[in-house]
Order: sequence, then structure tokens, then C-alpha cells
Amino acid sequence: MTQLAPKPSGLKLTKGRRKVKDAFSSPWASFFAIVIALLWTIPTFGLLVTSFRPKVDIVTTGWWTFFSNPNVTLENYQSVFLQGNNVTPPLSQYIFNSFAITIPAAVFPLTIAVFAAYALAWFEFKGRDFIFFSIFALQVIPLQLTLIPLLQLFARGQIAGVQVLPDMEITGSYIPIWIAHTIFGLPLAIFLLHNFLRQIPRELVEAARVDGAGWFMLFRKIIFPLSIPAIASFAIFQFLWVWNDLLVGLTFGGGVREIAPLTVRLAEMVGTRGSGWEVLTAGAFISMIVPLIVFFTLQRYFIRGLLAGSVKG
Amino acid sequence: MGILTFGILTARETGWDVIAPNLTITIFGLLTFAAVIFLLFVIGERSSVKAQEWVKYLVFLVPALFLLTIGLIYPAIRTLFLSFMDARGENFIGFDNYIWAFTKPEILTVLRNTIIWTLAVPIFSTTIGLGIAYFTDRMKRGAWVKSLIFMPMAISFVGASVIWRFVYAYEPNLNKPDIGLMSALAKAIGIADPPIWLIEAPMNTFLLIAVMVWIQTGFAMVVLGAAMKNIPDEIVEASMLDGASQWRRFSQITVPMIRSTIVVVVTTVLIGTLKVFDIVRTMTGGNFETNVVANEMFNQAFQQRNYGTGSALAILLFLGVIPIVAYNIRQLRRERTER
Amino acid sequence: MSTLRRRLVAVGATAIASTLVIAGCAATEEETTSGSTGGDSGSTEETMEGCDFYADYMGNEGTEVEIYTTIIDPEASLFIDSFGEFEECTGITINWNGSQDFETQIQVRAEGGTAPELAIFPQPGLLADMSDYLVPASQAVSDSVDANYTADWKVYGTVDGVFYAAPLGANVKSFVWYSPKTFADNGWEIPTTWAELLALSDTIAASGASQPWCVGVESGVATGWAATDWMEDLMLRFQDAETYDRWVSNDLAFNSPEVLEVINEADKILRNPDYVGNVQAIAATSFATAGGGLVDGSCAMHRQASFIGGILAADFGAQIVTPEDTDVEGGITTFYFPGVSADNRPALGGGEFVGAFSDRPEVQAVQHYLTTAEWNNKKAADGGSWFSAHLGLKQESVADPVNKVAVDILQNASTFRFDASDLMPGAVGAGTFWTEMTAWFAEGKDSQAVLDAIQASWPAD
Repeated sequence: MTQLAPKPSGLKLTKGRRKVKDAFSSPWASFFAIVIALLWTIPTFGLLVTSFRPKVDIVTTGWWTFFSNPNVTLENYQSVFLQGNNVTPPLSQYIFNSFAITIPAAVFPLTIAVFAAYALAWFEFKGRDFIFFSIFALQVIPLQLTLIPLLQLFARGQIAGVQVLPDMEITGSYIPIWIAHTIFGLPLAIFLLHNFLRQIPRELVEAARVDGAGWFMLFRKIIFPLSIPAIASFAIFQFLWVWNDLLVGLTFGGGVREIAPLTVRLAEMVGTRGSGWEVLTAGAFISMIVPLIVFFTLQRYFIRGLLAGSVKG
Repeated sequence: MGILTFGILTARETGWDVIAPNLTITIFGLLTFAAVIFLLFVIGERSSVKAQEWVKYLVFLVPALFLLTIGLIYPAIRTLFLSFMDARGENFIGFDNYIWAFTKPEILTVLRNTIIWTLAVPIFSTTIGLGIAYFTDRMKRGAWVKSLIFMPMAISFVGASVIWRFVYAYEPNLNKPDIGLMSALAKAIGIADPPIWLIEAPMNTFLLIAVMVWIQTGFAMVVLGAAMKNIPDEIVEASMLDGASQWRRFSQITVPMIRSTIVVVVTTVLIGTLKVFDIVRTMTGGNFETNVVANEMFNQAFQQRNYGTGSALAILLFLGVIPIVAYNIRQLRRERTER
Repeated sequence: MSTLRRRLVAVGATAIASTLVIAGCAATEEETTSGSTGGDSGSTEETMEGCDFYADYMGNEGTEVEIYTTIIDPEASLFIDSFGEFEECTGITINWNGSQDFETQIQVRAEGGTAPELAIFPQPGLLADMSDYLVPASQAVSDSVDANYTADWKVYGTVDGVFYAAPLGANVKSFVWYSPKTFADNGWEIPTTWAELLALSDTIAASGASQPWCVGVESGVATGWAATDWMEDLMLRFQDAETYDRWVSNDLAFNSPEVLEVINEADKILRNPDYVGNVQAIAATSFATAGGGLVDGSCAMHRQASFIGGILAADFGAQIVTPEDTDVEGGITTFYFPGVSADNRPALGGGEFVGAFSDRPEVQAVQHYLTTAEWNNKKAADGGSWFSAHLGLKQESVADPVNKVAVDILQNASTFRFDASDLMPGAVGAGTFWTEMTAWFAEGKDSQAVLDAIQASWPAD
């Protein structure tokens, strides 16, 4: 394994990097990457095309026939925005709710998980591995089996029928949804972030400790800045999972229309026509826009070489 | 009175009336959280070195452990308990649910499929994700390629299931045009009578696996790509000066340098695969020998409303993850000794 | 039976709703005026004019009742509209909350402590499983159901002798959908016996004009239910109603000769390639898509419940007509799924039930209101192609010609039986009965082996 000479340059990190980009892109590599990318996109592209086709065309002919017989309609998109009954809130409210649920439900678990990952990666204490691997194993617990006990806690403050908390009356607000997402996001977040955090060179950490930095300052000055790319990549996923979640929103939202996220509305439209796919196609695209923007935005934080010259293999 | 009520009814709150309080609570929630974190750090940094030794656990570890205990550990114990109970969780029936699981004739198929899934999905998605991450790492406009691969992750599951219906749909009437892309392609290359994609076992299982790979590759690519950004340019440049081939650079520098991340990605995808049920559920309903443990668990617990058998299957899933945990423990120990 | 399937019951009418919207509106108005019979303006300050009918429900102003259900838009809108006057007069707000995850969510919410006030159960089996959390229906509701429905319907809402849930909507399954124009053009006659039906199938197959039967049993997570409906309908025909009941309770084993006889009859049509085309593909063809063949003429007959008409109208541009409308292109209607003899006319159907999780007066008021002839007629007349088993439901309230026939069957059939798979334990009714029938098509599984496997899965109790 490649062992590198560490360059403990204190807390200062080199930012200016020489570009070695061009030398690396072999045409074959690019070709391969592009072919895979196109292959990956065909099904989604089919959906995009379908979303602009009239209902009868969708169920009778393949989407590719669109190119020989272009028959464009915006009806599916109109249905997504306008369909509904006299008590259905406008779509904009569902979109707002999705943001109001997703942003805190990404910030909370990430923060708590970075803390825990830091503790598990850098604090030396008995039972550390046991705790870490228990958390790791918790990932496999099926969400569906956690809903009832958690709901009992939120709705009545009970665990196993025993009153542990006063009735908080938080059902029907965002709070149970945030807490539930935070809990469900934690095991994977801790596992992934732990992997990144423990790769931070020991020399850096020890140098800071020698300089007199306490555990809190160490986190603030070194660990956190260095783990930004990892946090950014996990933030993307947590955002996505929460944004696209239906089950948690449905269960912990308590059926309150005023706080329901976009997915609840989309599911309603889907159900409306058991066999009609047309509204779904447009709905899927509308709900995709925000996650893609998040991906593009956060990708900028995948900065090369924050740990340059000091990473170990 | 009636008119008054009716007035309220017709003007059910919409728009800003609803958004305003919701916005307030969201901002309030975020600010409270930030304030608490800030306060904890102020207290933490001001406390003495000795005090920090225990304050650090309180701040960094306890919140996560508390949430996990109420939200996951307690439900897990409850599930274990229910797996020894009857359908409605009322009477203790010992190991009957486990005996049921292992004597059910279909269970062998279900177990076999689950094993195929947990092998195929991590292997394919990690390999492809690794390749794409490597090729686009320094590629011009690599971001575009990445976002195309990433796109499936951004699609809600409802959307994905529609997408793949258009791929695998089968038209039994040879006189009617195909809606499914696969059938159309098959006919285009001369297969006049394509198979019924989702019925023919074991092909159908692999077709379902393809959907999962399609989704998970984006995850592997992003995480591995982020890890590659941590490989110092100096090493890469040095190897280039040595005239190392693209393949050698990949296999002897990139892969070893991000090995622990690869293990993490494989593990994560594997666990995700163990849990996945909605692909099978929506596309074949578990019929045609495509069933997996997670789907059967859902079926038992919520469709057939038998919490006992459903919980027993969940416990089997949990046991399935133990070898993976063991491997990761070994991996972590090995890294520590190398350090 | 799944939520999905029930949802389809409700979906049933989308397109019809739009074509009949004018008639529906007119009917609603009429109903509203005739419904408020009192007309004396001596109402108190508390009571609005025309609210006399709601006098029993008064005193609950400002309360809210959530109805949790599988029924979502556009049918939900029609339900919400139908409550308008009730809400206006009583001051009770009804929050209609539809979700396609109802079946899972109702279990989670009931146990988790956030149960709705009322839930519309799409199947008696689910209702029975939730009975621990339900409150028994009030005496008023019970009396109303006694007065307005046949005794059978009360039994479906009863668990262990306690009456919980009142019937709501209904559907009739013993129908064969066909195109009157296609039949007239080819000179095909409506069969009145099972033998005639088989003979007609032969005639159609021999004519080469189209495939005799459209069959599809794919339905996502509930794949196979369409085949169970065939079995149930034939069970009622080749065996008597008592045998059917013994079959439902497993007093008659699932793999007994009586059931084998029935599946063998089904086999004559369902697995005959001359009648249905590619037998294996049936398992992968949606029951709705299969029905689309009626519209384009690629197949001639589709045995399916009353609700399929609305789906075919919405997705394939079909038009629901009467059997006399032999000149309408794309027009579809039904004939009665014939019995062994012409005078053997049992009917199979299904329906949903409203159970309460709370005994607050406003909840009981809503539950009671839904059993009244006033509400049932108002709801049926809204153009949504909805109907119920309410005996006070006037046939003229129902606009759709097929539903008119269905209402007649519900009110007058000598032998009516509820969907068996809905009454069987979940492990069978929402489990092996579906999956084994699916395997019967997909794998060509032997009929006896299918029955044996279903019997083996019957829960021990």
C-alpha cells in the first residue's frame, strides 16, 4: 500500500492546485463514461417524452413513436397543477411543505451524525466499537416496523405503554416528521461520516491537541472544515431521501393536509387513476427538479485536495 | 351560526394563511437547533480540559444514542418480541414463526433471490459507479455525465416504477404496437416473439436487479467520487511521470487509496438491497419466483396482517446483516493496526 | 382484496362522470329540494332554513370528523360535495382524507394512537382485524342499517356478534362486459347459460373476428385478484350458496372435489389458448389493459365488476351504453355472467364499510347520516357512477345504465354473496389465493396442486 510522507502543515491548507485535468482524460475513458451515461438516461428520457404525450397515445403506442408522430400536449402537467378538489391546497403549498420538511430533516441528522461520527472516530473509550457496530447494524431495521412504536411515542408519549414523556401534542405539525427523519437518517449518516472522519490524519489532530485545542475547538477548527466534502455528499442523499419520502410524511403527518409534502399529493394523483400513467409522468418530473438543483449546488463542495498531501492510504 | 360555519368551511385555509405559520415554525425550529448547538460549543470550549472529557460525550454522542434508542433500538427489541408471538401479538408461540419461515416451500426461492440480489446489486453498482467516478474525476464536463448517472436517485420511487413499466411492458397481442422498450428492441433485432420479461424466471429477477443497480450506481459514484477528490495530486502526478498506464494508475493508486470507502459503499448498497422491497412489490408483486425476504415481510405484516411472521422475517434480515458487520469489524481493526 | 382494487371501484366512473355531469347536476338539485321536505321557516336562530332533516345531528357545531379512506380524487370531490349541506346545517366539518396506503396506514395509525374518527374499510377482513380499536356502532346507526339494508350487509360489518360498521358503496361482479356493436355486427347472441357461453366462445373463436375473451389478472401488489373473482362467481354457480359459505369459512376444504370441479370449469375458458390467446401472458397483463381490447375489438368479452366501465372510459375512450345501443362505436355494456341454467342467477359483489374509532356524538352523527336514503340518493345522483346496497336507493338516481342493472341486482337478487377473498383470512384472501391463481396462469400449475397449496396455507385457528 502506498505510504505517503505526511506533510503536517499545521492548520493551513493549500488551496491553489495545478490543473492536471487534460492529461487525464483519455478518449476511451470519456467514451465509456458517456455511453454509460446515455444508457442510464434512456429510461428517464422515455418518461420525459411520455409526460408530453396524450393519454390515449401513452397506453396504445411506445414512447419512441413520438418522434415519427409527434403529438405534444401539456395536459399532463396541467393536471398536476390544477387537478384536485375543493379542499385540495394549491400545489405550491405542497412544494413549500416539502422544503419545510426536508431542510430541517437534512440539517438535524447531519449535525447530530457528524457529532457522533466524530466521537466514534476520535474519542477513545470502552465499548466504542460495540456502539459503532450496533449503530451500523441498525441500518437494516425495516422502517415499517418502527412506525407504530414511534407514533405511540409522539402521539401519547408512551414507550411500550409506559408514559415516558408528557403528551407533547406535536402530532399534526412538522416536528414528528423532522424527528422521525432524523432518527431514520442517523445510522447511515454516522456510518458514512465515520469512514471519512477517521481518515483525517492523526498527525493533524495530534498537532492541534498539542497546540492546546480542546475537543470542541478541534472539531470546529479541523474536523468540521475537513469533512465538508463528505458532509456535502451525504447532505445530497439525505435531502433526496427526505424529499422523495412518502411513508414517513404520511405516517407522522397524521393525515393533516396543511403539512403534507409533495409526494403525498403525487401519490394521491397516482391513485386516482389506477391504470392511468399520464399524470404520474409529469408529476415525477416536477418533483425531480429540486433534487437535481441540490445535486448541482452541493457538487461544488467536492473540492479536490482538502486533505492533499496528508491523506493516508 | 350555520352560515358562519359554512363561511369558514368554504374558505378553508389555503395559500399564505397556511404557509405563514408553517414558515414560522420551520424557521423557529432551525434557529432553535442552531442556538442550542452554538450554546453547547460555547459551554464546551469554555469548560476546563478535565470537564471536557465528559462534556464531550454529552454533546457529541448522547444525542445520537438517545434518538437511536427510542427510534430504532426499542422498535428492534419490540420486533424480536413480536416474532415469538402470534399474528396479533397476543399469545406467545415460541419458535413457530421461525419454523413457519423455514418450512414454507417458497422460502428457498425467497432466500435464493435475496442472496442473488445482495451479491449482484453491490457488485454492479459499485463497479460501474467506481468506473464513472474515475473517468469523470478529471474529465471536462464530467459534471454532466455525473448528473445523468445521478438522475435516477433524484426520481421518486413512484416515478421510477412508471419508467420501468415502459421498459418491461409486454404486449401479448402480436398485432398491437409495443409499449415496452425491451420488446420493441427485441423485435427490431429479429426476435419475433420476445419473452414475457417479468414472468420468465430467473431472467425476471435480474431485470428487477437492473432497476436497483440503475438507482444505486449514482450513490456509489458520488461517494467514491468524493473520496477520489482526497487523493493528492502529487501522487497522481508522480505516477504520470513514471509513465504508468491508465489501468495501472487506477488499480494501483486510486483503488487502494479509497479502499475503505469502497468497503463502505459496498456495505451500504448491500444493506439497502437487503431492505429493498418496493421494486419487487410494484413490478411483480413477488410473483413469478421473484420474491425477496423484505417484500415477504411487508406482505406478512401489512397485507396478511400477521405481525408474528412479519417480525420473524425482519429478524432474519437482521441476522443476514451480521456477516457484513463482522467483515467491517475486521476491516476496521486491520486499518487501526496499519495506522 | 387490496386497497388498489377498491380504489378502482371508486375510480370507476371518472369519464362517465364527465359525460353525465349535466344530468348529475340536475338530479342533485332536484334531490336537494325534495330532500328538505319540511319547508317551514319556523327554524330557530341555530338552524338554517332547509335544515330540518338534520335536526337529530344538531348540537355539534364547530366539531371536526376525519374520514380516512382509499377513495381519492376525482371521486373524493364528489363525496366532499355530497357533505356540503350536512356540514352547513350541523356545523360539523368533515375532513375527507384519502390515501392509497390506507391498508397499511390504518393499522399503523390505530395502533400508534392517531386513529381517524371514521374509516371506510374496503374489506370486511381488515375491519375484523381492526375491531379491537373500533367502537361499536350506536343504536341509531344499527337501527338505520337494519331498516335500510338486507341482513347480509349488516353481517359483513359485524365482528364476533358486535356490529361496528355500516355499509357504504357497493359493486357487483357478476358481469361480462362486451361491445353491443361488435355483437350485433357479427350476429352473436347474448348467452343465458354456461353452456351457451362456451358455445358462443367457440363461435367467436371460429369466426376469427376477434379473440373471444379478454383476460388479465395483473394488478401490482394485488395481482391475481381478478382470477379469484372468476373462481368465486363460478363457485356460486356450480355449487349452492351454502357450499359457498362453507368454502369461505373453510368448513369445505379448499382442495375438495367441489372446488376442483369449479376450477376445472374456469379452466375451460381461462387457460384455453383459443379463447384467451397467450395464457402465460395473462399473469402479466393488467386487468384494465385487457379490457381495453373490447374497445379496439381485439377481444370480445371481459368478465369484470361494474367498476371497470369507468376505467375503460377514462383510459381507452370507451362509452358506457345500454345493450340496445348497437350502433355506438366504442360503446360497451354488460350482460349477466350466466349460471348453469337460465334460472340460476346468483350474484357476486363487494362493498365498503364505515367504522368508527370514536363514539363522540358528531362521529356517530356522520356515521348515521351515511346510512340515510337522503344521502345515498344524493351521492348516487352526482354523476359519479357511485351506488350502494341501500334499499332506499332509487334506480332513477343512478344514471349509468350498467349501474342501474347493478342496483337492481343488489336490491332483488335471490342469492347474493360477498367477495369470498375479502372474507377469507388475510393469508389466503390477500395471499395464496392470489399468488396461486397467478401461478396457475404463469407456470401452468396443475389445478389440484393450486388448490392444495391454498388449503395448506389456511391459518391453523
